Amino acid sequence: MVKKYSSRIYLAIIFLFLYLPIMVLIVLSFNDSKSRVVWGGFTGKWYVSMLQNETIMESFATTLQITLTASILATVIGTLAAIGIQAMRRKGRAILLGATNIPLLNADIVTGISMMLLFVRFTKLGFSTVLIAHLTFDIPYVILNVLPKLNATSKSAYEAALDLGASPLYAFYKIVWPDIRPGVFSGFLMAVTMSLDDFSITYFTKGAGVNTLSTMLYTELRKGIRPEMYALSTLLFLIALALLFIMNYGSSRKNEINN
Amino acid sequence: MYNFKRQFLSGPYIIWIVGFIVLPILVICYYGITDASGSFTLENIIAISEPIHMKALLLSLKLALVSTLLCLALSYPLAMILNGLHVKHQSFIVFIFVLPMWMNFMLRILAWQLILSNNGILNTVFQALGLPRVSLLNTPAAVVFGMVYDYLPFMILPIYNSMSRIGNDIVDAARDLGCNKFQVFAKIILPLTVSGVLSGIIMVFVPALTSFVISNLLGGGKVLLIGNVIEQEFMQNTNWNMGSGLSIVLMIFVIASMAFMNSHNKEGEGTAVW
Repeated sequence: MVKKYSSRIYLAIIFLFLYLPIMVLIVLSFNDSKSRVVWGGFTGKWYVSMLQNETIMESFATTLQITLTASILATVIGTLAAIGIQAMRRKGRAILLGATNIPLLNADIVTGISMMLLFVRFTKLGFSTVLIAHLTFDIPYVILNVLPKLNATSKSAYEAALDLGASPLYAFYKIVWPDIRPGVFSGFLMAVTMSLDDFSITYFTKGAGVNTLSTMLYTELRKGIRPEMYALSTLLFLIALALLFIMNYGSSRKNEINN
Repeated sequence: MYNFKRQFLSGPYIIWIVGFIVLPILVICYYGITDASGSFTLENIIAISEPIHMKALLLSLKLALVSTLLCLALSYPLAMILNGLHVKHQSFIVFIFVLPMWMNFMLRILAWQLILSNNGILNTVFQALGLPRVSLLNTPAAVVFGMVYDYLPFMILPIYNSMSRIGNDIVDAARDLGCNKFQVFAKIILPLTVSGVLSGIIMVFVPALTSFVISNLLGGGKVLLIGNVIEQEFMQNTNWNMGSGLSIVLMIFVIASMAFMNSHNKEGEGTAVW
């Protein structure tokens, strides 16, 4: 009994540790006082002024554009790559998987700087260089999520479909795709998470005038962060929470039906 | 599954690897071993032995080591508790630990700044309770705190993954054969989670070693890590050759720590983080 309670308390402490800063930001987003410590009453005005703040809205739009474009393209390239890698001989597969691990394991600062050094030789830093950089660290997450699912698909079902006259594309869509779809989806989500949260690599590969939320915050740090940012982050968090809940609920419903 | 034609689906990715993974590394190595005029030199790499660089490197290693050990100490019991909960959907556990990452990283660290600062929330609460004030912000301890906070999920998830994969039948068999709780832990659970622990260590140690943002925000410019030194070479001093040389040293440390971990991973297969 004691053990049960102490483990519950331990869980609660860890969750508090992980979610305390988030709770602080949410509370501050409703605080009618510019002070960060004093509670000045409840207000929704930061949510209104957030929508009117050009700097915030612009960097928010850039963040969304980069995150979505990079994640979607990474999902396509990564899924194709995973299918190709699976079809390779042992040696080719080992080389490609080794290369896939480089952006995952290398230090962010080194990845960012090395790409910046390459980019400035050929082009100006800007939106597209950030996009390329994000794609580079997003693709490995997609591959690593899709490949295990791909390895678990039954080879004979696919071949049977071919023998029965299905075209390779049709057989892929009917046999392989349903099996790897969860992997593709979680790879996409992983890519979104990583792109949304990245600072270091964006910081080094961005040009003047291009700002994501992270880099905007970093440059505005000395002026002190605006309460509008708390509002935006609260909104983002709630959207993420809702999305992930819907997805979890959706998939568990599907499992029940299948069972 | 060898299929000649299908291999070509990897084509775009292979081009990507060459252009944006291999080539940038070659470029940074080129910068690292040349001087501003483009002639060969090892000075940028030897520069690590300058006292200020050496101090930053040693501090980075120390803080990264402490953060990694703290993460491990917090995560292992947590993984055991989570594993004992028998949650139906394992994805829910992952979800809880990934969710904070959807709130911007910079904002979460800034929130800790608000909590830990001298006139911050923590001290306000402490004062109300009649406890002595603590000045944590702008110390190495605050940086470690931020690192543990930010990288904890990267330690929890691989350990939890490897633990949830251990079948109940193995544990039951050990019990039937007369193992007590501690023997089960020492002979079954611990050996089977080593690979998870090792990938957790890598996932925490490498970013902690190379971080520069957390030390900037929570160290207040007083805690200079090797990442900060490199960032300054690029963004303030614009000495790209020196910055690249130091980056090469950093890469060597990253590779060395991974090689060290791999040599201890007897199973030979890393546990995927996610």
